[in-house]
Amino acid sequence: MTPVEPRALPRWARYVAPIAVGVIGLGLWMLYTSVLGAAPRMLPDPVSILQELIARWDIIWADMLVTGTNALIGLLVGSAVAIALAALAARSRAVDGMAAPLVAALAVVPIVAITPVLNTMFGASSQFGRQAVAGLAAFIPVFVNVLRGLRQTRAVHRDVFRASGATSDQTFRFLTFPTALPYLTTGLRLASSLAVISALVAEYFGGPAEGIGTAIATYAKSGRADLAWAYVAGGIIIGLAFFLVASLLERLASRRSSA
Amino acid sequence: MTSALPAAVKATGVDKVFTGSRGEVTALAGVDLEVAAGEFVSLIGPSGCGKSTLLRLIADLETSTGGTLEIFGKSASQARQDQDYGIAFQQAGLLPWRTVRDNIGLPLQLHGQDKRTRAARVDELTALVGLDEFVDHHPDQLSGGMQQRVAIARALASQPRLLLMDEPFGALDEMTREYLQSELTRIAAETQAAVVFVTHSIPEAVFLSDRVVVMSPRPGRITDIIDVSLAGERDEALRESPAYFERVTAVREALHGTHVDRPNER
Ligand SMILES: Nc1ncnc2c1ncn2[C@@H]1O[C@H](COP(=O)(O)OP(=O)(O)O)[C@@H](O)[C@H]1O
Ligand SMILES: [Mg+2]
Repeated sequence: MTPVEPRALPRWARYVAPIAVGVIGLGLWMLYTSVLGAAPRMLPDPVSILQELIARWDIIWADMLVTGTNALIGLLVGSAVAIALAALAARSRAVDGMAAPLVAALAVVPIVAITPVLNTMFGASSQFGRQAVAGLAAFIPVFVNVLRGLRQTRAVHRDVFRASGATSDQTFRFLTFPTALPYLTTGLRLASSLAVISALVAEYFGGPAEGIGTAIATYAKSGRADLAWAYVAGGIIIGLAFFLVASLLERLASRRSSA
Repeated sequence: MTSALPAAVKATGVDKVFTGSRGEVTALAGVDLEVAAGEFVSLIGPSGCGKSTLLRLIADLETSTGGTLEIFGKSASQARQDQDYGIAFQQAGLLPWRTVRDNIGLPLQLHGQDKRTRAARVDELTALVGLDEFVDHHPDQLSGGMQQRVAIARALASQPRLLLMDEPFGALDEMTREYLQSELTRIAAETQAAVVFVTHSIPEAVFLSDRVVVMSPRPGRITDIIDVSLAGERDEALRESPAYFERVTAVREALHGTHVDRPNER
């Protein structure tokens, strides 16, 4: 669970290295687009993308809210269902036996692929299909990780609780749940990225004409490369925001999980 | 040791057979043992002779398959629910996300004591085991010996009249081990609790105990009970005294007299 350090880099290098890679990448990009002028028409230089992002921030932000909300609702509902089901599966062999194959099947379905079906089911003017896709995508890593986490209590801890005459509710609250917490947050981190990607990609399969994905498709088709890429940047910002919050939660939860 | 009190532990003809996928294992056969209130008794014997099993039966962490077992005149299950005993294992088994204070207070919290009452009791206990300065530390900030002291404090939290210990110093270095042995005799005297102490170490058993129970395997049973009855305080001088060496020899002979595969195993 603890991250493996790939040989000890000096502290400064760990911050400088990725920045350097970014700067070099941007330099090559600008060389390719602006200096050599050899890039295809749909690949503008980074400066014009940034200008477009600032100039059109109002509409981009509005679409970011739509996609971000879909992803968030999917993430929250999908995770809540996953936690509840995992708790049931951890307690009852019967539920575990029913849920395991179902989850295995769900895990191999490319979930965005069923979006057109969901859109038809819930109507093309509803965001529900997209939220459902995000929810299904988030469900799997949360369920798998929480179920594993609920089974990690150590024998010596169980003995201590039993010896102290703990009730099963107390054992769950003070032992099983805290033991599973770092696994839950790891599941949430994985789920947060999946929820954003799924909510965004789901927009390519129809539904209401709002959201980052819809806008990227529209502007790419009509040849407005700068704006299409500015929307891509908006999508990256949503993904980063979800990832950072989830990573922070994971860090807080796993601080004391060793020893 | 007043005879009016019921015995801390009274085992009569206790058997334990484990039934697993690979057949049956008789871990204990016909164990008779009485531990008086306030008495310190060690269980010693080679690996697999059922020391831990006997302790876990007393603690109601396992159920016997034969015989009767009484803890202060009650069933083991009742004694567990009444928190008549405290228990410590070879692994400290502290909750890593809790501070020392909250680890020690865990049994009190599980029995519904409020925060104020717990805090007062935890203060007493940290003083007793010499960890006052570390109440707000987490287990991963403590050495193995300190973690074990927290585990002992936790075992003592609900003022049990019986302390059960399964090789609590088994994973510690010799220096820490001897130090904690002295501490434990002091704590046992102060709390007046009876102690059942499982160990692999002959000197440890002799140093700590009023009586040493010698066990042998296949099936696990008691082969000898040796009265240590060393008078006076258990201090470092005792470890050098002729009386002490004599008891160590007696226990060693009792162990070797029974059939022992690997007598020096720790
Ligand atoms: N849960 C269990 N299931 C099956 N066999 C067990 C179990 N616990 C202990 N045993 C067996 O019972 C015997 C006594 O074990 P134990 O009490 O742990 O010995 P000791 O503590 O003296 O080393 C051993 O043969 C061991 O393999
Ligand atoms: Mg053992």
